[in-house]
Amino acid sequence: MSIFTREQARELTQRVLAMSRAESCRVSVSGGLEANTRFAANDISTSGDATNAGVNVRSSFGRRTATSSTNILTEEGLRRAVEMSERLARLAPEDREALPELGPQTYREVPAFFDSTANLDPTRRADAASAVLGPSRQGGLQASGFISLRAGSNAVANSLGLFAYHRGTNFAFTTTVRTEDGTGSGWAGTAGNDWRRVNPSELAATAVRKARESANSVAIEPGRYTVVLEPTAVANLLGLLVGAMNARAADEGRSFFSKRGGGNKIGERVVDERVTILSDPWDPDLLAQPFGGDGQPNERTVWIEGGVVRTLNYDRYWAQRQNVAPTGAAGLKMMGGEASLDDLVRSTERGVLVTRFWYIRGLDPRSILYTGLTRDGTFLIENGRVTRAVKNMRFNESPITMLNNLELLGRPIRVSASESGDIGQAVVVPPLKTRDFNFQSISDAV
Amino acid sequence: MLALDAARSAGASYADVRIARTRTQSVATREDRVTNLSDSDTLGFGVRVLVNGAWGFVASRDLVRDEVQRVARVAVQQARANRRASQRPVVLAPAEPVRDGRWSSPARVDPFTVPIEDKVALLLAANQAALRVRGARFVTSAMFFLKDERTFANTEGSFTVQNLYRVLPQMNVTAVAADNSDFQSRASDEIQPMGRGYEHVTDSDLGGKAQMWAEQAVAKLSARSVEPGRYDLVLDPTHLFLTIHESVAHPTELDRAMGYEANYAGTSFVAPPARVINQLRFGSEHMTIQADRRQEGGLATTGWDDEGVPADQWLLIERGVFKDYQTTREQAAWISDLTGVSRSHGCSYAQTWADVQFQRMPNVSLLPGTQDLVDQDLIAATERGIYIVGRGAYSIDQQRYNFQFGGQAFYEIRNGRLNGMLRDVTYQARTPDFWASLDMLGGPRSYQLCGSFNDGKGQPSQSNAVSHGCPAARFRNVAVINTGRQT
Repeated sequence: MSIFTREQARELTQRVLAMSRAESCRVSVSGGLEANTRFAANDISTSGDATNAGVNVRSSFGRRTATSSTNILTEEGLRRAVEMSERLARLAPEDREALPELGPQTYREVPAFFDSTANLDPTRRADAASAVLGPSRQGGLQASGFISLRAGSNAVANSLGLFAYHRGTNFAFTTTVRTEDGTGSGWAGTAGNDWRRVNPSELAATAVRKARESANSVAIEPGRYTVVLEPTAVANLLGLLVGAMNARAADEGRSFFSKRGGGNKIGERVVDERVTILSDPWDPDLLAQPFGGDGQPNERTVWIEGGVVRTLNYDRYWAQRQNVAPTGAAGLKMMGGEASLDDLVRSTERGVLVTRFWYIRGLDPRSILYTGLTRDGTFLIENGRVTRAVKNMRFNESPITMLNNLELLGRPIRVSASESGDIGQAVVVPPLKTRDFNFQSISDAV
Repeated sequence: MLALDAARSAGASYADVRIARTRTQSVATREDRVTNLSDSDTLGFGVRVLVNGAWGFVASRDLVRDEVQRVARVAVQQARANRRASQRPVVLAPAEPVRDGRWSSPARVDPFTVPIEDKVALLLAANQAALRVRGARFVTSAMFFLKDERTFANTEGSFTVQNLYRVLPQMNVTAVAADNSDFQSRASDEIQPMGRGYEHVTDSDLGGKAQMWAEQAVAKLSARSVEPGRYDLVLDPTHLFLTIHESVAHPTELDRAMGYEANYAGTSFVAPPARVINQLRFGSEHMTIQADRRQEGGLATTGWDDEGVPADQWLLIERGVFKDYQTTREQAAWISDLTGVSRSHGCSYAQTWADVQFQRMPNVSLLPGTQDLVDQDLIAATERGIYIVGRGAYSIDQQRYNFQFGGQAFYEIRNGRLNGMLRDVTYQARTPDFWASLDMLGGPRSYQLCGSFNDGKGQPSQSNAVSHGCPAARFRNVAVINTGRQT
């Protein structure tokens, strides 16, 4: 495995910096293992283990900058990357927004590396897959799924003496179980840093139950419904909200967070007062990298507190121009309450329970309006009980509206938030109940 | 050969190895400045093995003797671990070995030989042309280049060397209302990515078209918000291609139909094969869909696929009836009784050396009609409709039934004429209903090859580039909704 130790990373970055003839230079080094096992149609379908390492060189001459990356780490390969970035940088026009490299920073380490994940070899992954394949085969169902892991290190160094290093492991495990006749489909998934926290049989049981319970769904009239969103469904939409919090776009009038007449919405209440959203690399549920690509330290960053916008995302240039501190953030957490998912269901007279969303695409950045569909477990709630499966539906809704119409929050958990099941940013969110969620049409898809 | 020998002696019944070097370059600008200049180079190899009917795949960047042999051995161990948990063995369809195949994209000018100054100057000049339009406040533009040198060999004696090029020039202009209350953008969808060289950038004439995009971004600010309802739609190729991609090309992937992508990309309404091949009426008789990995300039055009199978051309849908799927060597036998085709259609592709190959989309195109018609003829024949240009937000369910698609520019059609610009337009339909409503096709003169540069599928998600050709076409009585501000 080519996971660089701190010393190896330092040595490699120093070697590259020593080759540099630029006025300033930044070197990023990453390396490690990416491995996965897929299963489908009740069999293991493909798997892969890839070891890779790479160097990214960013060279600047005054305000002229360019980058070059390579995974050819021989003396010659490194030299070529350095020279390529310098050649491009010399040719680049001056960027009046260019900023000097950061000087040395201090970082608090994040203990994100777990042997349990790094050592998840093909046999252990096949065992985890079998925990789903077994019950699925026995139950006359069709299982598919994906077990993915990453174990690696990232380092950043520059010619002003900055050096940052982080190593970590991540995994994502998702599964979809379908009924043989194709009328039912159930999903379950999780993500994290430490594989020991995963219980494959539990995931299997959830997906199997949902596959069975979602069979032979009925159509309900599209319209505005109270919905209970499972944490994965919440995460699917929440990332879009935080992704829209770019300060420059807001200040330039290109965002929901733009204020009519100029300026932005910092200090304004935009969602229900129970909503607090933050990033914190040290949060034991997040364990994210403590620095950004330029070496900027990531800090605990509160985006929305008590429903009020506390900050927007400032890159270094825009921060300097607006005379505020730049934003360094990683991981995403939405605070919740103590209610369980069952409590949310029990409190609902009539509503729709959503497992996850799919194919979410932006419609209008002015209102953060998105469209997408429910998938793999959509149920009707009547009088506090899940009574039947309903056909999937397309929504046209904004996370802002969703969080304004909030009724109840549950306990936050770490989820696999990406639609693809790939390892994405660490996301911890609660299940929630919200009213008047806008379902636009019915989908025949299962 | 070292890898193949090591795999064979470790117990593999079949093995293939891909050595690939991928260079990419990106030049991005915003207004009068460069926001990104980057160049990337990645080299490595991947070994795929079949042991007792189970796959194993291991990849490494270290192209040295010991590592190559280690990787092949570990791939065999991995396949054995997978075999333990599997039931059905993989069987590969026959393929004639390609002894020494050479192929290259039709690139006249290697983009990596063009000076970066020329690229930057072209983009900044185009930006200036856009910003000269009153009301156009922001503009971004970019060029992206890829050169992929892949060498493939397998234990059956195939050996191919290919050079693939892909080029993507693009621009986006944003106009903002004077009081910040609204903003609208227009992207450069008249220009499409191609499997060509730098000549595609110069031929595209970003600078010449920038003013039009800027004017349309400004015009969108004062366009009428659409009245929801049912309309006839006249779809320009720059829009229709993505509708074909999402609603026709994806559901005709055989792995989806068989449940192999159920956990992410989804399954397909075009299933099961025994009930749909030569039976499913997918659309009207105007609809003939061709898969083609030979189409010149196409993004998925190649000499051989990532299993050494020659590029193929075949019909997926003929006069509205579904005929065949997209296949790889593993999949061909699943449906050969139904199609009479025992060989793979050559749809195996891996994004890079580090990724395992699997079934990916070829170029999939709607064939033009026989009458010599263009957009304007279709508009002239339409009483009440909307003419849509360019791609907007696209969303479709995991079996490819329910979709909602938007565009870049919308025009009301009234009594055969364009009657001003509309905004907030998106249409919703069920795939078979939509294609059944196709009643008018442009001819060969209105045919354009467009493309998607980054099509995601698989786990881990891999990106594929694919082209779709089509003429302008008319669809009757489609539901249109308004996506304007809800607050």
